[in-house]
Amino acid sequence: MANANAPMIELSGVGFAYEDAERFTLANLDLRIDAGTVTGIVGASGAGKTTLAKTIAGFIPLNEGGTYRGAASVAGRVLAEGTLSEAAAAVGLVTQNPFNQISGARFTVREELAFGLENRSVPRDEMERRVDEVAARLRLEPLLDRSPYALSGGQMQLVAIASMVIMQPPVLVMDEPTSQLDPAGTRLVYDVLSTLSDGGTTVVIIEHKTELLHEHCDSIAVLAGGLIVQHGTPGAVLADDRLTSWGVGETRVTTAARLARERGLLPVERALPIGVDDAVEAFSTQTGAAS
Amino acid sequence: MSESGHAESAGAAAGAAAGAAADASSAGDIAISVRGLVHTYPSGVTALQGVDLDVAPGERVAIVGQNGAGKTTLVRHLNGMVRPTEGEVRIGDWSTTEKSIAELAHRVGYVFQNPDEQIFARTVATDVGFGPKNLGFDEERAQRAVSDALEAVGLAHEADVHPHHLSLSERKRIAIAAVLAMQTPIVVLDEPTTGQDDAGVQLIAAIVGSLIAQGRTVVAITHDMDFCIENFDRVVVMAQGEVRADGPAEEVFADVAALEAAAVEPPQLLRVARALGWSGTPRDARAFVDQLAQQRGSGSSA
Repeated sequence: MANANAPMIELSGVGFAYEDAERFTLANLDLRIDAGTVTGIVGASGAGKTTLAKTIAGFIPLNEGGTYRGAASVAGRVLAEGTLSEAAAAVGLVTQNPFNQISGARFTVREELAFGLENRSVPRDEMERRVDEVAARLRLEPLLDRSPYALSGGQMQLVAIASMVIMQPPVLVMDEPTSQLDPAGTRLVYDVLSTLSDGGTTVVIIEHKTELLHEHCDSIAVLAGGLIVQHGTPGAVLADDRLTSWGVGETRVTTAARLARERGLLPVERALPIGVDDAVEAFSTQTGAAS
Repeated sequence: MSESGHAESAGAAAGAAAGAAADASSAGDIAISVRGLVHTYPSGVTALQGVDLDVAPGERVAIVGQNGAGKTTLVRHLNGMVRPTEGEVRIGDWSTTEKSIAELAHRVGYVFQNPDEQIFARTVATDVGFGPKNLGFDEERAQRAVSDALEAVGLAHEADVHPHHLSLSERKRIAIAAVLAMQTPIVVLDEPTTGQDDAGVQLIAAIVGSLIAQGRTVVAITHDMDFCIENFDRVVVMAQGEVRADGPAEEVFADVAALEAAAVEPPQLLRVARALGWSGTPRDARAFVDQLAQQRGSGSSA
């Protein structure tokens, strides 16, 4: 970080249309993300979330045909002007389908995790240390000697995440990384993200589970119609009256709070709660006030 | 895919799928009976350690628990994809060990967790039409079954598209349509809401509701506890190859020990209700607010 005030990720007027597509998936999009933060990206299916993830990571336009315009930079560098391997060193991208991310070149999960480091000629003892460390954090030890193809969807997803985390990229972009995980696995992934962000990694995560984003993100951006239509604190974005019109579900707590407000059970001026803790505070005040 | 088209179809799902009601009702009295079911995979892993489960016709049952708890192994016994090592699985008067997967497909429709394990045809309509054709539906009934099913999942306009040109969440809905089109009395859904946005989850909830309205049985595995309590009356909690709790959703989500053993977190509004010290178990936002009004009315402080 040469300049502490410059954003780590900066997209200005970015547009992209896939080859033969009738419309731009991303349309004149602006987004600024600070270093060391965790940012959630939400939006309906088809809003362009995966395209945005690929654009931040430089895969668009470097590895995808189509019409590209605008400027995207990471740590002050325009990835589109460099090579794909330079982009991959700057931004780790965990794709939606973990199966596509397995290299196919290695026989065990242990080798799969070490594969990226091997390609960068990392010394063997450091490589082994990093494999053990990431395996412990994501509870992958029992799987290390298995074939990466003999795993369940959820296990494969954890291996795909681990194989990116192990590279320690300054920016990590994850496209629905917990879609196939159970709640315990999901929690593990978010714990790892929090630790990485405490260590200075900038994390961008596409996720439908808004309650989780509320707990773990510094900010949330809403993508609709190829544009960022809202970007702010989780509390402000997830209680925005327009959220469902953008195709994003509110948490059950927020829906209940809206109903309570309509029935005069929650003061209009009170911010709508989103998670369990703020709901307990909002509703217990009300119960208390009545007695 | 347009977002509005997909939201509209959530509302239309009940109507569209209801068209199939007449066909399904004749076979709507088929119960599931699982007795002493043990399953050991060739690798030596015992995934089920003796499971008993009875599901009456027309019930909606959710199965919850961690990855590796045995949920998928259990439901794959229902259509014969997996056979008991010990014990018995009966679908109505059939024992699954005596029937082929093709025969069981007349009674049990199974939607895979990963749609790409299930989808194979070159167009959406062909894929969805494969099951009805194999079940021996005549041309007219098969066509109707396909169009009703595609309408129910909001993909009627994509009938001629190659499935692999669609997104993962759309392919998931094709997989659901392919099973709806078979009009089986029992429908098994393995994590149906995975990767779905808000409109997609609402669409799937509407499909579950319309299947139940037709008297069909729905068994679903889910990790989404809000979806679970809002759409399923009965919840089965699994851990380490065993059923740890089985009963009405309100009772099961109050069984703290079973939930902890299965690493299942209750739905969000129940966690709030518990933290506030309420005795009730509100299943949705409306029930929650009703209870809030009562708490205030009685003047009791949390």
